Amino acid sequence: MKKLALAFTLATAFSVQAVEYTQVQADKSSVAFVYKQMGVAVDGKFKRFSSQLNFDPAKPAAAKATFDVELASVDTGAPEGDDEVAGKPWFNTKAFPTARFVSSSVKSLGGNRYEVAGQLSIKGKSQDVVVPATFTAQGNSGVFDGSFTIRRADFSIGEGSWAKFDIVANDVLIKFRITAASK
Amino acid sequence: MATHYTKTAKGLHWLMAVLLIGLIALGFYMHDLPLSPEKLKLYSWHKWAGVTAFLLVLVRLAWRITHIPPALPVNMPKLMQLAAHAGHLALYGLMLAIPLSGWLMSSAKGFQTVWFGVLPIPDLLDKNKELGDLLQTVHMSLNLLFIITIVGHIGAALKHHFIDKDDILTRMLPKHAKEN
Repeated sequence: MKKLALAFTLATAFSVQAVEYTQVQADKSSVAFVYKQMGVAVDGKFKRFSSQLNFDPAKPAAAKATFDVELASVDTGAPEGDDEVAGKPWFNTKAFPTARFVSSSVKSLGGNRYEVAGQLSIKGKSQDVVVPATFTAQGNSGVFDGSFTIRRADFSIGEGSWAKFDIVANDVLIKFRITAASK
Repeated sequence: MATHYTKTAKGLHWLMAVLLIGLIALGFYMHDLPLSPEKLKLYSWHKWAGVTAFLLVLVRLAWRITHIPPALPVNMPKLMQLAAHAGHLALYGLMLAIPLSGWLMSSAKGFQTVWFGVLPIPDLLDKNKELGDLLQTVHMSLNLLFIITIVGHIGAALKHHFIDKDDILTRMLPKHAKEN
């Protein structure tokens, strides 16, 4: 009887863990960024993005994630800022409309922490990035939270008169929250 | 009864005259510039100078409260005396309200003010686009009112000097410096 109860508990635990999160809910997800302007932190966000996700907490190594951000949907907090960063010296959204992240491996760091390695491509340039993220199950959906820092110069974001870092810093912190429902 | 302003009062008056006229001119100039690193730099400088002006006006108010200014000429009509006091009240009110509106506008627009890039001034308002736009209109309108008041202030001083031929203008000039 005890054995049966244990087996049942394990089976339940397994079935809970075997949930795979795939349905990304855009309205409960966000992509934001923080950079420094003359030493002062300024934040912004992207309004439109899409993601394909396969994540099973029981099998993190098999997880896959692709993330596409529509760069023209940038919100810098000022309309003239939005127009400026869409232009050639910054994102050049006419030639390079999308920023894309494709995961290559997902590693569990213990607890609810994970490390997602992958390639980030912006403006025709690609860089390997390692993104730490946490995962929290909330009912039928799971929430991924994380942030990582990129250097805008690595992607030629802000060329010409913006290339120096005295006004707009090189480091840009990317913060994301992805909410995905299970199948 | 004192017949002249103190050296400190004169110093603050002329320092702020230069600073505030510079701030107004910079404000109009930078607003119309296309976005560039220079524009962002000028905005920061404008905000730093604005915070400085606000602190200076507090010092000036403290000085004014503790040092009774010279009285208005006795032969000045009561209505004119009232207008003079109202004008000065408006100048002080605007010198306080304009930097406050600029600071609140910056907060609402999501750009915190950090004095000389060192001392962060807390954001009293959260980022809010509509409120930011409204406060921009307020900041601009108060400045237009300020320009009108300054023109009135200068015009009145010149009228006192050239038409009334009293000492209203000269008692604020450096050469009439009284000890203190």
